[in-house]
Amino acid sequence: MSPGPCESPMRPQPYVVRGVRRETHDVFTLELEPAGDAAPLAFGPGQFTMLYAFGMGEVPISISGDPAGNTMLVHTIRAVGTVTRALERCRKGDVLGVRGPFGTCWPVDEAAGKDVVLAAGGIGLAPLRSVMYRLLARRERYGRIALLYGTRTPEDIVYRDELEEWRGRLDLNVQVTVDRAGSDWRGNVGAVTTLLPRAEFDPANTVAMFCGPEVMMRFTMLALMKRGLQAEQMYLSMERNMKCGIGLCGHCQLGPFFICKDGPVFPYDRVKWLFGREEI
Amino acid sequence: MTTVNGDMTEQLHDKRTVVIEPAGLDRLIEVLSRQGYEVVGPTLRDGAIIYDRLASTADLPVGWTDEQGPGTYRLRRRGDNALFGYAVGPHSWKKFLFPPALTLWRARQAGESFEMEAETAAEPRYVFFGVRPCELQAMEIQDRVFMKGAHIDPSYRSRRENIFVVAVNCGHAGGTCFCVSMQTGPRATFGHDLALTEVVGNGSHYFVVETGSGAGAEILDDIPHREARDEEIAAADRLLCDTAGRMSRELETNGIRDLLYRNYENPRWDDVAGRCLTCANCTFVCPTCFCHTVEDVTDLDGRHAERRRPWDFCFTADFSYLHGGSVRSSAKSRYRQWMTHKLAAWIDQFGTSGCVGCGRCITWCPVGIDITEEARAIRESER
Ligand SMILES: Cc1cc2nc3c(=O)[nH]c(=O)nc-3n(C[C@H](O)[C@H](O)[C@H](O)COP(=O)(O)OP(=O)(O)OC[C@H]3O[C@@H](n4cnc5c(N)ncnc54)[C@H](O)[C@@H]3O)c2cc1C
Ligand code: SF4
Ligand code: SF4
Ligand code: FES
Repeated sequence: MSPGPCESPMRPQPYVVRGVRRETHDVFTLELEPAGDAAPLAFGPGQFTMLYAFGMGEVPISISGDPAGNTMLVHTIRAVGTVTRALERCRKGDVLGVRGPFGTCWPVDEAAGKDVVLAAGGIGLAPLRSVMYRLLARRERYGRIALLYGTRTPEDIVYRDELEEWRGRLDLNVQVTVDRAGSDWRGNVGAVTTLLPRAEFDPANTVAMFCGPEVMMRFTMLALMKRGLQAEQMYLSMERNMKCGIGLCGHCQLGPFFICKDGPVFPYDRVKWLFGREEI
Repeated sequence: MTTVNGDMTEQLHDKRTVVIEPAGLDRLIEVLSRQGYEVVGPTLRDGAIIYDRLASTADLPVGWTDEQGPGTYRLRRRGDNALFGYAVGPHSWKKFLFPPALTLWRARQAGESFEMEAETAAEPRYVFFGVRPCELQAMEIQDRVFMKGAHIDPSYRSRRENIFVVAVNCGHAGGTCFCVSMQTGPRATFGHDLALTEVVGNGSHYFVVETGSGAGAEILDDIPHREARDEEIAAADRLLCDTAGRMSRELETNGIRDLLYRNYENPRWDDVAGRCLTCANCTFVCPTCFCHTVEDVTDLDGRHAERRRPWDFCFTADFSYLHGGSVRSSAKSRYRQWMTHKLAAWIDQFGTSGCVGCGRCITWCPVGIDITEEARAIRESER
């Protein structure tokens, strides 16, 4: 859905905040609805919007809601700096600006008939939650599904209710780990890679998707390759500074790619030659 | 108007080659001004030839030329009264099409919501008077960035579609030029309404003028001119041939994309990092560099907001900032990004090199870093 020729692609559309939910001490989820009678945003899992706090600035944020049916645009945001902190101050009824959706999607259709491994680090679970919704909506289309999620501490776990609900299902393998925890934590401690042995899949017939810090993705990939996965079976979401989201400002470049339009989701074999290089 | 390379109007008009006297160019400026155009072109300012408003040919750097080298630029008298006897200066036409600062929109808070204010100012209509062939290619390259992709910059497009282009073929090779290597000059072959070749010397001074569009051909009706004689065309051709033979440097482009992609880890990047000040002069003067940032601001009471779009430069730390630090924190990684983008990534992104061989980045680099030299060093390191 690209804008008409006269419309500036840099003009945000007003969206009303309909719901605010605290996930953790610094992470929150916003539910947004287009102001007036504008149609809800159609998007694919993995896509992002440029979210604008009036007069404060605009930042790329992944869509973390359900791609099907939902009229709300859902964003889960970690407050780290100027704009995300301004977004954190939003209350029901406030109006934000939205441009998008932009970027490429996770390969949920390509994964049909296959086992699926999702590995998320920190806020990287947000875009993979959209994938989970899509997989669960057509559960019968997929083989085994494993969701491996790592975050800093038990207090940093986002979507806790949903994770617990999914963990209770017999047709899902949901594993959570934290980097460090107090003595009251009964779960796993360690990097996401430590969860991999618990994921069962057929290496010849699996699609894996990763979103999180580059080191986490690198080690997860290496571990999965040891278990027989090929580069073509793995997908990852890349992150760079973004000022436009539409391939014009030049900020998000990674070698020949504009992450905002050629990504953020890439098949690993496309970016393998760049991935992990320093300062690229 | 010439819009885009290969536009139908360029191909359909009956191309003519005529001769115009210097006074005829004043007439051209006058006629175009009367049609509502703002005529901009080369003029002297603070010891350099820059682009600004022209009222007549007297505003051109008449009788001046430039001496350019890595990190050096000096003006000198030519000893004749040539109107275009110099090469390109620190400005490029991108400052008109892709202004260094632009307000994209204004909005005001209205109740709970906000409202975008309607656009008011109409974009200016420019005559670009004295566009060099390499600069035509630079404009064609920025067209691909701003109006040939999935998303279009409406401000760029409306400015671009309304320009009238008077190109000038180069009778003088600048001290840092390498358009021949980049196949962009010294003769204009597309993207202009009129293309002039200035012939000056032996008591004569005239312009051989080729039409490049229907609009260019039409305007000749209002300008004193006559059909060009064979020997006049030959004299102009000889001049351009001489210029091509006097290129100050070369850039071997064969396989350059893969060459650079193979050499992300070359020690030459450390070497150039030892010299580069990350001042961003090179990106500032480059006619194809298009990177910009977005700044959102409000007035004091916070009810009015606007979005501005200033140029931005891949040599700054902020450019690649992610929460926690910059992706490219070293000078090495920033120069590598700039040159690899220019000479390699651009080819994947826009189907063309990002360099037109104008030499500006070499002349205006305070420490004289030379992109042709750096590319050569990388190539030779593989031998
Ligand atoms: C495709 C994509 C999807 C993202 N999805 C999410 C998400 O779902 N939830 C979430 O919390 N965060 C997400 N981020 C990260 C988020 O964009 C940054 O945390 C945010 O830009 C920080 O802005 P700030 O002004 O609060 O921080 P400051 O530290 O004040 O940053 C200043 C400026 O630097 C840039 N910047 C800083 N960090 C980043 C970053 N990590 N990525 C891109 N630009 C940055 C922004 O332009 C920002 O305005 C995503 C980033 C990308 C590229
Ligand atoms: S890289 Fe240098 S020589 Fe090439 S177009 Fe830009 S300024 Fe001119
Ligand atoms: S190459 Fe030269 S002009 Fe460019 S940033 Fe480095 S010192 Fe400045
Ligand atoms: S964010 Fe501007 S080009 Fe990608």
